[in-house]
Amino acid sequence: MFTGQQIVGEFRRMGITHVVFLPDSTLGLWEEAMNDADDIEVVRVCREGEAWAIAAGLYLGGKQPLVMIQCTGLFESGDALRNVVHDYKLPLFGVIGYRSYLSQASIPGDTCLTFTEPILKAWNLDYCFIDTPEKLNMMADHYQSCQQSDQPGIALIAEGKA
Amino acid sequence: MTAETNMTLIDCLNVLKEVRRDEAVISVMGTAREWSSLSSHPLDFIYVPSSMGQATSLGLGIAMAQPNRRVVVCQGDGSMLMNLGSLVTLSAHAPRNLTVLLFDNGVYEVTGIQKTLATPELRKDQQSVNYAEMAKACGFSTVFEIDELDTWKQSARECLDAEGPVFVVLKTAPMLDGGGPKSPGPAAQRIRDFAEALQSQ
Repeated sequence: MFTGQQIVGEFRRMGITHVVFLPDSTLGLWEEAMNDADDIEVVRVCREGEAWAIAAGLYLGGKQPLVMIQCTGLFESGDALRNVVHDYKLPLFGVIGYRSYLSQASIPGDTCLTFTEPILKAWNLDYCFIDTPEKLNMMADHYQSCQQSDQPGIALIAEGKA
Repeated sequence: MTAETNMTLIDCLNVLKEVRRDEAVISVMGTAREWSSLSSHPLDFIYVPSSMGQATSLGLGIAMAQPNRRVVVCQGDGSMLMNLGSLVTLSAHAPRNLTVLLFDNGVYEVTGIQKTLATPELRKDQQSVNYAEMAKACGFSTVFEIDELDTWKQSARECLDAEGPVFVVLKTAPMLDGGGPKSPGPAAQRIRDFAEALQSQ
């Protein structure tokens, strides 16, 4: 749905300094453009739980990070997320890939469609949903709104076809 | 953990306190319990409550944000087992200013001294997991393994000054009456105070 250049442009509009990141088949397509951006540092992780704590450390040190992972990684990383955004009330922001939303051709009956949004709601995460190309600018708008209110937030991006 | 070690967590942390200058020190679980009674420096972060295993990741983020500041992460082997992949992440990003102190006592001390699966008694092969070798295999080039207090006293400053990432295994005896750590105050306020100290000092 988006090119890496479009995503980098949006991150620049947000003032993001670090993208703490684990790729999937959609998000991974943006990695080259992020790596080519001199003003954005990509911080790859081995598993998603690490990502929230690393982003927290970057934030404490004065940077403007975001976490970019698939919804399956959101499921995996629940305790790390809970700790930094609820125990410590850090206004961290995530970009979450919504697996199979646009097509279930690869994974028919994918339960990511069942659980992703209820889990975001269960974690009290304010999210915007981006499922068409013209909604991309919602990401920066939502980020700015969350930063102004000192709250965490999520941009949920539909995946499943180009 | 070697059953013969006489080195204690408190002894080791006292040495850290003696050699510490302006490093940021993150402590968690048992190390937080003891460090909070030994030190009250603005650059201490008592990571309680924590997400178990995430202290190394938190330390990496701080180290990357502030490359001119040494960051010291103090955690136990039980926490390390919760986030072994972070060793690969740490060595991949290779912050020159990060030291991880792993206090290896072979047990989950704060939950009742249950042995970890890295101890011989719970393993079919009856062999200890070697964290120092694990760190080397994950890409750490500077690794210390210490089981005597005098050696730690002689090496501690070097462990904080060496080019990171540095991984230090300190083999300690479990504290039978240790108990759980307590948060020294409201978590959200403490972390904001810590961030302010990081960004102002």
